Order: sequence, then C-alpha cells, then structure tokens
Amino acid sequence: MGLFDYFHANRRSAEVAKERLSILIARDQIQRNQPSFLPQLQDELLEVIKKYVDIDQDDISITLDREDDCEILELNIALPEKPRQRQPS
Amino acid sequence: MTRIIVITSGKGGVGKTTTSAAFAMGLALEGYKTAVIDFDVGLRNLDLVMGCERRVVYDFVNVINKEARLNQALIRDKRTENLYILPASQTKDKEALTMEGVEAVLGELADTFDYIVCDSPAGIEHGAFMAMYFADEAIVVTNPEISSVRDSDRILGLLASKTKRAAENRSPIKEHLLLTRYSPDRVMKGEMLSVKDIQEILSIPLLGVIPESEAVLTASNQGVPVIANRNSDAGLAYQDCVARFLGEEIEMRFIDPKKKGLLSKFFGSN
Ligand SMILES: Nc1ncnc2c1ncn2[C@@H]1O[C@H](COP(=O)(O)OP(=O)(O)OP(=O)(O)O)[C@@H](O)[C@H]1O
Ligand SMILES: [Mg+2]
Repeated sequence: MGLFDYFHANRRSAEVAKERLSILIARDQIQRNQPSFLPQLQDELLEVIKKYVDIDQDDISITLDREDDCEILELNIALPEKPRQRQPS
Repeated sequence: MTRIIVITSGKGGVGKTTTSAAFAMGLALEGYKTAVIDFDVGLRNLDLVMGCERRVVYDFVNVINKEARLNQALIRDKRTENLYILPASQTKDKEALTMEGVEAVLGELADTFDYIVCDSPAGIEHGAFMAMYFADEAIVVTNPEISSVRDSDRILGLLASKTKRAAENRSPIKEHLLLTRYSPDRVMKGEMLSVKDIQEILSIPLLGVIPESEAVLTASNQGVPVIANRNSDAGLAYQDCVARFLGEEIEMRFIDPKKKGLLSKFFGSN
C-alpha cells in the first residue's frame, strides 16, 4: 500500500464494496442451489418445534449442500439458553 | 467447428453491445468468418454501433418467421471482410425469438461461419436466455461496481444450469470475465473494486480489462467499433482480448494508473 493511500479520504469505499459483495454472493449462491420446497419445509419444521421449544424464525436455518453425488440437508436450530418463560408484555 | 459466443452481463449498460461489436470485428480481422447477432429485440442498437443502421431491411425475427431468408437479412460489413451483422427487430413482441427459430438460424449460420457472436439484452428474461442457451463460450461483461458484479454472478449461475450444454450434460460453457469501464486511478485511490477483488469474487478466468475511455463514445458516434481505433486504449485493450481469446498469451495493459509526474510516481507506487 502506497503512502498516498493513507491520505485519501475515500480509500475504504472499495473495501466496503468488496466485503458487502462477498457476503451477498455467498448468500445468493446458497439460495440458488436450494430446491424450491426448502422455505416451506423450514416453516413447517418451525411450527412443529415451536410446540415444544420457544424459538422463532431467526433461530432456524436450513440449507442443502451438494458434495459430489451426495446431498446434505443441514438443519440448524438455535435453542434458547434456558427455556424462555412467557415474554413480559 | 463453429463456436457460438454469448456476450452477457445481467446488468444493463455495462458494455455488451460495445464488446460484441469490437469482438466480432476483431475475430473477422484475424481472418475468421464471423456473424454478430443482436438479441435485443425491441431495443436494437448493435446496427448503430456497427454503423450499418441504414442498410437494415430484414431482421432476425423476419428470418425466424420465414418472412426473409437468412442471407437477405445478413448485412455484410463494408470495412471488414468476413464480418456480417444480423440486426434485431424493433417489434415489441419479445417472445418472437422462439427456441426452435433461434436454433434454426444458428444452425444455418454454423454451415459457413467460424464464430457466431450473440449480443445479449440486459436482464435475465427471455431474450437473455435465448442469447445464452446455445452458447459454447460466454464473455461475462462486468463493471467494477457492486450491482454489476452481483448480476454477473447470477448470470454465471444461469450459464451453468439453464443452457443447452447443461441440459444435455455436455462439458460446460467456457466462461470468460471481461472487466470494462475500469479506472486504474480510482482503483488506486480505493474508490473502485480492483481486477483482483472482482476476480476473487467471481473466480472465472480473466479475458481482459477495458479501461473507461472517451474513445468508446467517439467510436459509437461514428458507427465504427472501437477496436478499429488503433490509437485508443480501449481499442488496443479489445485487440488484446481477441488475441487472448484465440490462445495468445498477452500481458494485461491499462490496469495501472498512467504515470504522471515525479510526485505521483513517488507516492503512487504500491
Ligand atoms: N470502456 C468504456 N469506456 C467508456 N464508455 C463506455 C465503455 N464501454 C461502454 N461505454 C458506454 O456505456 C454505454 C453502454 O454501453 P453498451 O451499449 O455497449 O452497453 P450494453 O451492456 O450493451 O447496454 P444494454 O444493456 O442497454 O444493451 C454506452 O454509452 C457506451 O458508449
Ligand atoms: Mg446492448
């Protein structure tokens, strides 16, 4: 990095762009490879799990990965640290 | 064997038509019989960039609808031997490009042409899909700008899944990255994504970098593909790309800021 760079006010905007793009594209690619039933599967699973544990939409993620001939369905559920009491209203 | 090349991008206005015209003329100048087809139905522009707009009588859709024969619609370039243009129609009906129709025209061109260059419309709709469907190679035109890079990534996804080669499980379309409207000065100042950044993100082989250049507007004003201007940075950069495409190894030019004076030399070196 040249000395010049340190003096320039806009230096970081390209870095910011790169960072945003990397995240965006990683997410696009995951979505692109998903079969169309995944969102619905996710919703239905959420409904079932909710009967037993207090979680919401953000606590569950479901992805499908492909490795050679093998498809891996990955289900991630973040359980609350201790079973949540009813939220104070 | 005829090779079909699609010039595509997803995002609009990034330089597809400029690149199609330059590339087709470059291939013809190297002695390959080349046809360049405008797939941008309703918004035809390629004829303007090629400077043959007044010679358009029949177009791509006329040929598909059998209202004209292919050789009636093909326009021979006046300056370059081996170069032919098939203009798009001005019809509003985008579905006029049928899969069977496009395949038939490409098949007929393949009898006599070495290269068929397909200038894709922007977007990921029917026209763009038709332009890429039969391709053997794709030049993905990208600007150093966040939405253009993202759209290029989407197009790469479509090239790998929604094309004839994908449907038939043949070897995939050969992909090339072409960065255009690149400003080395702004990259150095950290205001623009660099060649390296974009290549890292898209991870396909880099065919070349075309600098942001006034020569491009001048060329389109005059109806002469910029590659014909051997005194311009963009013209030379396109020539390098064609040579690389044909297998030559040529170093990238115009990716570093122009050296100005002692001061910028001193401060600007990385
Ligand atoms: N390297 C360049 N330097 C400067 N201007 C450029 C460059 N490349 C393209 N342009 C300009 O950008 C504009 C869009 O170019 P062009 O028509 O080739 O893009 P396109 O991708 O075909 O657009 P569309 O998506 O509408 O078909 C034109 O005005 C053109 O002159
Ligand atoms: Mg265009």
